[in-house]
Amino acid sequence: MRTKRISLYILSQAAKLLTLLIAISILSFMLVSYSPIDPIRAYIGGDMLRVSPEQRANIEEYWGLNEPRVSQYLNWANSILHGDLGTSLLYRSPVAQVIAERFVASLALMAIAWLLSGIFGFILGIIAGMKKGTWIDRLIKGYCYVLSATPTFWLGLVVVIVFSVWLGWFPIGLGTPAGILEQDVSLTDYLRHLFLPALTLSIIGVANIALHTRTKLVETLNSEFIWFAKAKGEKGLKLLWRHGLRNISLPAISLQFASFGELFGGAVLTEQVFSYPGLGQAIVEAGLGGDVPLLLGIVLFSTIFVYVGNLMADILYKVIDPRIRKEWN
Amino acid sequence: MKLQQKEEPLPDLLEKDQPLLEVKDLSLSFRQYREGLRETDLQVISKLDITLYKKEIVAVVGASGSGKSLLASAILGLLPENAFLRGTINFKGKPLSPERQEHLRGEEISLIPQSVSALDPLMKTGKQVQAVIKGKNKKAVQQEIFDKVGLPSKTSNSYPFELSGGMVRRVLAATSLASSADLIIADEPTPGLDPFALKETVNYIKQLAENGKGVIFITHDIETALKIADKVAVFYAGQTVEIAKVENFCGSGENLRHPYTKALWNALPQNGFVPLPGSQPLLSEVAEGCIFHPRCPVKTDLCKKKQPESKSKNGEMVRCFYA
Repeated sequence: MRTKRISLYILSQAAKLLTLLIAISILSFMLVSYSPIDPIRAYIGGDMLRVSPEQRANIEEYWGLNEPRVSQYLNWANSILHGDLGTSLLYRSPVAQVIAERFVASLALMAIAWLLSGIFGFILGIIAGMKKGTWIDRLIKGYCYVLSATPTFWLGLVVVIVFSVWLGWFPIGLGTPAGILEQDVSLTDYLRHLFLPALTLSIIGVANIALHTRTKLVETLNSEFIWFAKAKGEKGLKLLWRHGLRNISLPAISLQFASFGELFGGAVLTEQVFSYPGLGQAIVEAGLGGDVPLLLGIVLFSTIFVYVGNLMADILYKVIDPRIRKEWN
Repeated sequence: MKLQQKEEPLPDLLEKDQPLLEVKDLSLSFRQYREGLRETDLQVISKLDITLYKKEIVAVVGASGSGKSLLASAILGLLPENAFLRGTINFKGKPLSPERQEHLRGEEISLIPQSVSALDPLMKTGKQVQAVIKGKNKKAVQQEIFDKVGLPSKTSNSYPFELSGGMVRRVLAATSLASSADLIIADEPTPGLDPFALKETVNYIKQLAENGKGVIFITHDIETALKIADKVAVFYAGQTVEIAKVENFCGSGENLRHPYTKALWNALPQNGFVPLPGSQPLLSEVAEGCIFHPRCPVKTDLCKKKQPESKSKNGEMVRCFYA
């Protein structure tokens, strides 16, 4: 019974992801194909003047650009199904390889920001919720509202000005020091370059989780079971630990997993400000430089990334919450 | 010599005569903001009196909105922040200050709550009951009490959502049985129970009193109140209008002294089913005179102008000019 339910769940989730990917790929392919991007110009770049119309027609023929859009899409989708995402026009290497390299750099950035913003947001939310109505609650709330209204790129610029330009504590940008060979870069160098982008992304992520946790805690503290727990003589931090945390951590955890989309969006802007060589920067370059295969590849990849986040939130709920867990068994 | 001896009673006599709980002239109001920033006080309880001795069950009876459950919160010190309390609450002869309340909650004063959502949805019921048990072997003590109230042993590992409403009520009653409290406040523990479970719950509560505890039994069900209690305190719009011994609820209510108590008694199906016209006002709606005068069958001009003081005799009390 249980195995059957779990396999059904996996099947339905896989079907959902598949239909989502098909829909996204059709939509983004359409958008790109109607956009003014000229893939041949993007491919040849500055040498365009030296390409004769005949040569151009030959390339178009070779790439299948003369075929109807539907068959162009089917060709592309067919090769993706065979594991070939195409070749990046800007990096001149397979799209899958570019995404893999860039994603590792982004992953470090996003993982740190995700953890830090989750932990600090949760703690700030608890403090504000417990001290509801006091100056410290107002301070935390105000801070979160200001953060929510702050554009990521602007915060990134402020952080660069303060910590790199004025104080000179951290490098201004890039993922590694300029002019040093890859094998000579130390771990400290990596971390020093990672720090400011991660800080920016963490600060931005705090607001959401803190405000949600605060509201949930206030709601929980007003509930009848907290009232009864107090009547039983429980109080203070022990009361919060026994009855509060259990009831607020579930929504916080699932919210944090469901925020992969915002995390990725934030990373795009942050990496741009810091010239940090991650996936976010790659997607901007691909868009501006007309690198269609890379652009579409990253679109599909980020779809899977965000979907996996939401899926994890869903599964965690099923594993942790006894109400859903028992129903599940 | 003889006189001197009378003035110094024996210690255990003093203990016996001293009420466990004494509520005198209690008033409760809520601060409210109306029409923008204008602050007003909404009076919800005034001149509330109740006295409870050990081994005694006092039922608090009244319609919804008469201030019954707020009395429970006031004794426990768990009123909302905007509540303002005046009057005296003495527990074992000493006033209940907020610090003392915080210290005594769960230790000497225990609550059987009204709502079945009083249990933490994410914690196993056994653990929630163990919170009030002192000393070692918490688990064993809790298991023993679950047996006693007829809960299957696996209930201890169940979450509240897995239990029926009746089982949750038993768990809540078990919490009070498990505590070493001397004062039990049962806030409507009976609605929704089938006749069998009702009888059981009534028996647990009687048992608590027999074991030397004092019980305040809050209910709107006068029949259950009469089955269980020694005395009945009748609340009307935030006031105690009468405290009567259970024996006086008989016949056509000729031993009852307040017209509202009589009306309640005679509204029962077996006593004529006579309804009392009108409905309970808000305390703030009756500007002067007796709170009951708009509905009173025996009112006079005096009742419209002046509030009657309470008259006490032999542990009974009434608030009426003509009782």
